[in-house]
Amino acid sequence: MTELTNLGVKAIRDGVAGGDFTAREVAEAFNAAVAAAADLNAFIVTTPDHALAAADAVDAKRAKGEDLGAMGGVPIGMKDLFATKGVQTTAASHILEGFQPQYESTVSQNLWDAGAGMLGKLNLDQFAMGSSNETSYFGNVASPWKKDGTNAAMSPGGSSGGSSSAVASRIAPAATGTDTGGSIRQPAAFTGICGIKPTYGRCSRWGTVAFASSLDQAGPMARSVEDCAIMLEAMAGFDPKDATSLKMDVPAWETGLNADLKGKKIGIPKEYRMDGTDEEILQSWERGKEWLRDAGAEIVDISLPHTKYALPAYYIVAPAEASSNLARYDGVRYGLRDLPEGAGLQDMYAATRAAGFGDEVKRRVLIGTYVLSAGFYDAYYNQAQKIRTLVARDFEKAWDACDAILAPTTPTASFPLGSLENDPLTMYLNDVFAVPASLAGLPAMSVPAMLNGDGLPLGLQIVGKPFDEQGVLDAGLAIQQRAAFEALKPGGPEKWW
Amino acid sequence: MSVTREEVAKIASLARIKMGDAELDTMVPELNNILEWVEQLGEVDCSGVEPMTAVIPNTLRLRDDVVDADPKTGGGRREDVLANAPLAEHGFFGVPKVIE
Repeated sequence: MTELTNLGVKAIRDGVAGGDFTAREVAEAFNAAVAAAADLNAFIVTTPDHALAAADAVDAKRAKGEDLGAMGGVPIGMKDLFATKGVQTTAASHILEGFQPQYESTVSQNLWDAGAGMLGKLNLDQFAMGSSNETSYFGNVASPWKKDGTNAAMSPGGSSGGSSSAVASRIAPAATGTDTGGSIRQPAAFTGICGIKPTYGRCSRWGTVAFASSLDQAGPMARSVEDCAIMLEAMAGFDPKDATSLKMDVPAWETGLNADLKGKKIGIPKEYRMDGTDEEILQSWERGKEWLRDAGAEIVDISLPHTKYALPAYYIVAPAEASSNLARYDGVRYGLRDLPEGAGLQDMYAATRAAGFGDEVKRRVLIGTYVLSAGFYDAYYNQAQKIRTLVARDFEKAWDACDAILAPTTPTASFPLGSLENDPLTMYLNDVFAVPASLAGLPAMSVPAMLNGDGLPLGLQIVGKPFDEQGVLDAGLAIQQRAAFEALKPGGPEKWW
Repeated sequence: MSVTREEVAKIASLARIKMGDAELDTMVPELNNILEWVEQLGEVDCSGVEPMTAVIPNTLRLRDDVVDADPKTGGGRREDVLANAPLAEHGFFGVPKVIE
């Protein structure tokens, strides 16, 4: 029999529907793979029973000849930022340890309604703040990839590092991610998988632990563009419970896929060629241009003049929103409470938050509190919001000249865990290419392009117009077909876990 | 612009995060590095530019003015609301005494 854990979303769904195997067999195979992969530390909790129950429901439907759903029989990993009813939801923080939501997030409910099951809750950077998955209270996540000839544990990227590690190691066929400033795309690039952040508002934020609400978007992570299209279709949709949810129909992205790019113009932003960018990253970008040209697209040079200001603006806007969103963790309504002997209410707040938040979270809450404080609001926060307008305007002008934009996803390949831990600023630079699309709310995707000289994956990023996920997926598919990344390492990274 | 140790202590107190001396000692240079780096935003001429308020144009909807328009966000769910409270008594959240 086919090794079931080598299959992706589409192959599982179609195989279950066609009777090649049962959903239960699939769930059992992945449950076993998850249980055997503790060394990756990709999961905070595992939920094998959830996966089995969902699989049995799908198998029963099949026996009755009913529709199995767009994700029927596919067990997935759920980033532990989505509230799941009765299953601990922590955002990888101590302050939410033990929190059992009494409700289900819209995105996860949509996936269960489509026939998916849950293998477990995936580790992440604490409150999605980080680019290496080293800020989790529940320990670092390791990438399944290693540099050729070395044994050091590598970063799976962040914040969706549990998701990227699980999908790349084939202990999950797909996983949810969230992207505030690159948290789907950067980990996808680091681990040689695909991930798409849709247009802001496509996926409901209801029931997703909030980081920076004007930027947060959920999206799928999987090993192929087709699988991402299928899963995004299941996740997206209007939700009256989220005030910023888009009241638009969800397009049929899967059946709409078309890798023929004739008549399309792909923009190459000159500002993304920054000093010190890795030579192999530039080489992958050149190959990407060739591949898209081969698919029929015309390659055009464009300019996004405010690119260099996007990242510093992000590190004002996101912490500002985070400091406000995280005010809710006060030791009163849910989560941790630290009540020192004889302490009053204010002391309880301060002690609870000191014990419950990790260093990176504290750093960002302090920055956010500072830039929003009286006397500094205009100089920092308002100036950053104006720059955000300019970054978005750069993209609007670019759409006069092109239909989508091609750029590297990250400035470097993955790095060993621990190598940047004392250097927050260098860590932030990981997202320099990812953040502009986040600030402008645009759909953007990372697709694996090649392996570098060390045997580590590099990703290419496609940024599209608002609501044009189809254009992004189509260009991604054209790259996927030509990069033939899966063939570079059949079966994925060598198993060491 | 840079922040002093006293200012960081004040910000931490505003943010309701208790910080000891050692933590303040590491936090001050880290915050200053980040603030120094974001200073570059001052180079950009933003005269006449409106700060962004909505990233994707969207109209704010009003829900129907009825009780429990959506059962998931409506009322009558006291047990659910209190289920994760560190201290729940008599149907309320329990907190340390706040009135002298």
